Amino acid sequence: MKIFRKILRTGVITETPASPEAEIEDLGKRISAIIQRRYRGSLAIRQVDAGSCNACELEIHALNNPYYDLERFGIHFVASPRHADMLLVTGPVTRNMETALKMTLAAVAEPTLVVAAGDCAACGGEFGVSYASLGAVNNVIPVDAVIRGCPPTPLSLLQGLLAALGRRT
Amino acid sequence: MRFALHAQLNTLLTQGGVAAQDFSTEPPSLHIAIAQWKATAKLAREARLRLVALWAAAEDESFTIHAAFAQKDHGYALASTTLDAHANTFPSITPYYVAAARMERVIHDLFGLIPDGHPDTRPWLKHEHWPANAFPLRKSFAAATQLPRVEGRYRFIEAEGDGVYEIPVGPVHAGIIEPGHFRFLAVGEQILNLEERLGYVHKGIEKAMEGRDVPAGARLAARVSGDATVAHSWAYCQAAEQAAGLEIPPRAAALRALLCERERLANHIGDIGAVCNDAAWSFMHMQCQRLREDLARSHLQLFGHRLLMDCIQPGGVTRNVDNDGIRQLLTQTRAVAAEMRELYDTYENHTPIRERVIDSGVVTTADAADIGLLGYAGRSAEQDCDARRDAAYAPYDRHPPRVAVCRGGDVAARLWVRFAEIQDSARLIDTLLRELPDGAVYTGWHTPQDAGCGFAVIESWRGEIVTWLRLTAHGAIDRCHIRDPSMINWLGLELAAREVPVPDFPLNNKSFNCSYSGHDL
Repeated sequence: MKIFRKILRTGVITETPASPEAEIEDLGKRISAIIQRRYRGSLAIRQVDAGSCNACELEIHALNNPYYDLERFGIHFVASPRHADMLLVTGPVTRNMETALKMTLAAVAEPTLVVAAGDCAACGGEFGVSYASLGAVNNVIPVDAVIRGCPPTPLSLLQGLLAALGRRT
Repeated sequence: MRFALHAQLNTLLTQGGVAAQDFSTEPPSLHIAIAQWKATAKLAREARLRLVALWAAAEDESFTIHAAFAQKDHGYALASTTLDAHANTFPSITPYYVAAARMERVIHDLFGLIPDGHPDTRPWLKHEHWPANAFPLRKSFAAATQLPRVEGRYRFIEAEGDGVYEIPVGPVHAGIIEPGHFRFLAVGEQILNLEERLGYVHKGIEKAMEGRDVPAGARLAARVSGDATVAHSWAYCQAAEQAAGLEIPPRAAALRALLCERERLANHIGDIGAVCNDAAWSFMHMQCQRLREDLARSHLQLFGHRLLMDCIQPGGVTRNVDNDGIRQLLTQTRAVAAEMRELYDTYENHTPIRERVIDSGVVTTADAADIGLLGYAGRSAEQDCDARRDAAYAPYDRHPPRVAVCRGGDVAARLWVRFAEIQDSARLIDTLLRELPDGAVYTGWHTPQDAGCGFAVIESWRGEIVTWLRLTAHGAIDRCHIRDPSMINWLGLELAAREVPVPDFPLNNKSFNCSYSGHDL
């Protein structure tokens, strides 16, 4: 019973236009519309960490928390690239992840949308290009859209996803 | 920083017939002839000193190998030895310290120095496609070198017998997590052996540090492991300040601790939810992610970054808090702690989750002591070790933590310690905020005129972080070694997994939540 009481007392916190973060709902609706049209209502994302420090992953995770609740817009993260419409890649691509990243992309059915999330994925960030790092994701596989930030906040991730989806309409 | 163990180690070595040259500098260290390096490790082991870290550095004509040891109530001690000129082998101390095994393999990979007597000479960070003669941490190796790819193969441990099969997992895992490879040997559902293969996110951080000035290095330190950005920044800055003989204002030290405890809260809360989620209890997951987000939003508002990245800089912190900020932090921390007490009560009485976590993934007390298991993983197996108390750095010298230790060493024990630490962090935050010293929060960074060295230890939410920094005469970084607690705790997961059926592995993995990035560097 305690669990039910807690759930009831917590209530629905998923953000609506009345809340200070009104943008979430608004952004979500615009994303939803594109997903309805182009992906039959469901966009599957396979996230690939190609060398990140894990900060980007924390923020991508946050998209699934009850405030943002990404799934309500038709976006969900999948376990296999075989199920994915989009690769969301973070990190500078390390030399040791180069092959794995290319193989993951090859496993996704065409057409694939590749989004590079975070400053490292966008330009190599603090790590740049070295013996161990190949820098930007674009240096290794073709990238359709970039989301800046170190790490990008959940809101900028949403904006970036919208921009990426918008490009293809 | 407490170095009482330095004098004790010196006495111990003298009594054991090992002559050490005593450098009572800051930080103090003992220099030992290479012929007696093994004997040093043996004596340290017999005296039950914990091996903290093992690393190498390039010198003009040769290389040095450094070791750090610790013991409860006595703090830390440093020892080093120099290889003979043009020699490329050094005595392995892995026979005495299990935790040295991977550290020596890393030295082998990055310096090309062979640990003589090491039972496992397979490369570790250097994957099979690396040319054999590329040694990035040698001074002659340029950081920008583009290495050709070569053919190679990593030999995993194999097992024979009826019904034994292998499960390869990763490096790309089935979730939003860092990459690494796990090779399971299993019979039916039961794991016989887990072998980790890491190094996938090796970004060359230690090489990238070389030649930077201290403030530029701080940006890199903040990105060693994004989930522990505060603690890594703190360790780096403390080492740099020690090397430069720089004192930071008391208010800056208190604010660093405040940020570090808030980071502990956010990660403990998030991970408790995630562990429960791996046992299909989404109620707890949603509650915890909600609280974690609340913390992140306050951090953005008060400190300009949701994860508190780059808030700690050499010389202090970048942000001050005013009275409104203090009130807001006090109120929120108390509220979050109260909610976590309520959620603990729910967790403790929720049989389906208890069934999954109790007795799952046990690391025995003896094994934990053997590898020097750190953080909540260690404390859940009776390893009473917490750098905040043991190194007694400011402000914890005035505000010591109440270290939560228990027995059991299973998922339930690891969770229990984290629930307890949430309450203690909240208590510390309360005290720190109420007794916040007045004054400046930043002194500025002054590039030191002399070469110097710093060794700092910080208790991150995951466990003890070590940073050793050596500056050149012009204040540039000559060598920076970072030892994330994951360097040791990944060994704990391998031990824990042997008790576990395959479907419970994610639950166990999450209960350790080791860093890939912090380990791979």
